[in-house]
Amino acid sequence: MSATVLQPAVTRPSFRTRMGHLWEEIKANKISYLFIAPFLIIFATFVIVPILVSVALSFTYFNMVQPPRWVGWQNYLTLFLEDEVFLIAVKNTLFFAAITGPLSYLMCFVAAWLINELNPKVRTILTLMFYAPSISANAYLMWTLLFSGDSYGYINGILLYWGVIDKPILWLQDPQYMMTVVIIVVLWMSLGVSFLTFIAGLQGIDRVYYEAGAIDGIRNRWQELWYITLPMMKHHLMFGAIISITNSFAAAAQLQALTGPTPTDWATWTIMQHLNDYGYVRYEMGYASAMAVLLFLAMVTVQRLVQRLLAKIG
Amino acid sequence: MTGKGFSAMSILRAHKVKLYRSTTGDIVIFSILAVIAAFMAMPMVYTIGNAFKPLSEIFIFPPQFLPRHPTMDNFYDLFVLMGQSWVPISRYLFNSLLIVALGTAGNVIFGSLCAYALAKHNFPGKRAINQAILLSLMFAGAVLLIPHYLIMSYLGWINTYWAIIVPAWGATLGVFLMRNFIEHMVHDTLLEAARMDGASEWQCYWHVVMPIVKPAWLTLIILSFQQLWADQGALFLYAEELKPLPYALSQIIGGGVGRAGVAAAVTVLLMAVPITVFVINQSQIVETMGTSGITGE
Repeated sequence: MSATVLQPAVTRPSFRTRMGHLWEEIKANKISYLFIAPFLIIFATFVIVPILVSVALSFTYFNMVQPPRWVGWQNYLTLFLEDEVFLIAVKNTLFFAAITGPLSYLMCFVAAWLINELNPKVRTILTLMFYAPSISANAYLMWTLLFSGDSYGYINGILLYWGVIDKPILWLQDPQYMMTVVIIVVLWMSLGVSFLTFIAGLQGIDRVYYEAGAIDGIRNRWQELWYITLPMMKHHLMFGAIISITNSFAAAAQLQALTGPTPTDWATWTIMQHLNDYGYVRYEMGYASAMAVLLFLAMVTVQRLVQRLLAKIG
Repeated sequence: MTGKGFSAMSILRAHKVKLYRSTTGDIVIFSILAVIAAFMAMPMVYTIGNAFKPLSEIFIFPPQFLPRHPTMDNFYDLFVLMGQSWVPISRYLFNSLLIVALGTAGNVIFGSLCAYALAKHNFPGKRAINQAILLSLMFAGAVLLIPHYLIMSYLGWINTYWAIIVPAWGATLGVFLMRNFIEHMVHDTLLEAARMDGASEWQCYWHVVMPIVKPAWLTLIILSFQQLWADQGALFLYAEELKPLPYALSQIIGGGVGRAGVAAAVTVLLMAVPITVFVINQSQIVETMGTSGITGE
């Protein structure tokens, strides 16, 4: 390969020769392809192909009964020019993601790091307790009790008792409070995949680095965190960032469970809820796919920005 | 990697070095975490408590956190109902275990094989595959259901276990996670040494790479297990005798308010399995760490 690069453009080898070189290289790496093959075949069939199909569908009208009909950019134009609810959903999603994304990310890391500082004996049990919201089936139930809109709701009860308010607040129906409540609950539930990955990642850092650091003049946990832990965790930090981005941009189920399928004034309506509504209630798959494509572009943009930020660590 | 910047001398001498830790710091951290943890675990405690309440207590308002007169009635009723099931409940359990075991095993093995090649080999197309894996994580899964269904029916996998198991083998999260850990934790020098000693790539993978990244695959098992265990197979499994346990139990509790106690018992039963897997794996992770990482001071 390097030989071809060094040669001037005039004697550039023909397409055939270059393909020949590539083939040689592929043959030389036979083993690598064997290793990736099982995953890659399944990944291509069940992830890549469906994604490409969805992107193609986003340019069609498809109601799942008749065959898709090509409509060009129509779905995208409708989304931005005619669908007012979508624009509300965009605004809500951006607001929701801007808050829950970074905060949940930070929470996952701080929690994992603090737990890791403790004695191994208490670590497992604390990890379980922190992870509990992700593993318990009806975690929302408690929150709907806390934030119940009548005076029996725990929070209303306490506030009424203290005289802070004189009539119960409709936490989950009043647009003034809905988003805040939803954000609190989502943050409380956010110690999931990233949290566990960070825990495992921290276990993976060899003690030798910390000992060497201690000899080379590191004097406390904070210096250790900045000079050793964070740089060693860079990959996992990127992984966690992607999880936070996808969770916060594609949130739907949790919001629906709290504020219902048709929230007041669409106050907690997100792109993902809009997408589910069109895809699986109205059966407009082309339109729903267009939303998925836009959501994807938004996430990729944010991910690229985060990548640049993370490159600055260490 | 800052770690490599340290002198070889300090690493050699490092064996009996005490790390700088203050006891006050430990106590402060523990107290803060314990308070938050108690709050986090509340719904789990509430759910478990519910399962041991007599029916009359479940509907008390305001709800009681813990049962006043604990009883096993709900579990007893559940077993009676399970006994009346048209398809024996053991069949549902078998379905669930098969799906979870094969799905998780394939996810971990195929995922880590691919991750090893992506992390430690160089071959044409590697960058493109890495990018595809990263980007696919960000595409909303909800719109993929229809193409998924079409592919499944084309393959003739509708109404078979494969419709649930095989897609789990192609789950992107696992490869991404494993690749990060292998790239970071397995040093190239170690692999070179193994190859020098005549180890094949397969042996490198199985005897060198996998033992080192044990925390990673233990974590992946937790995640994969939890996801597959919750799958009710609604979209792809129609035959009653192929349905997994969560589906069967959700049918049992669909019997109205009178079944609220049984429903609570079902929730606990369904939660107990992933929690057990979680505790076993997580304590294994901590144990790995005791030998190769930082031990508690």
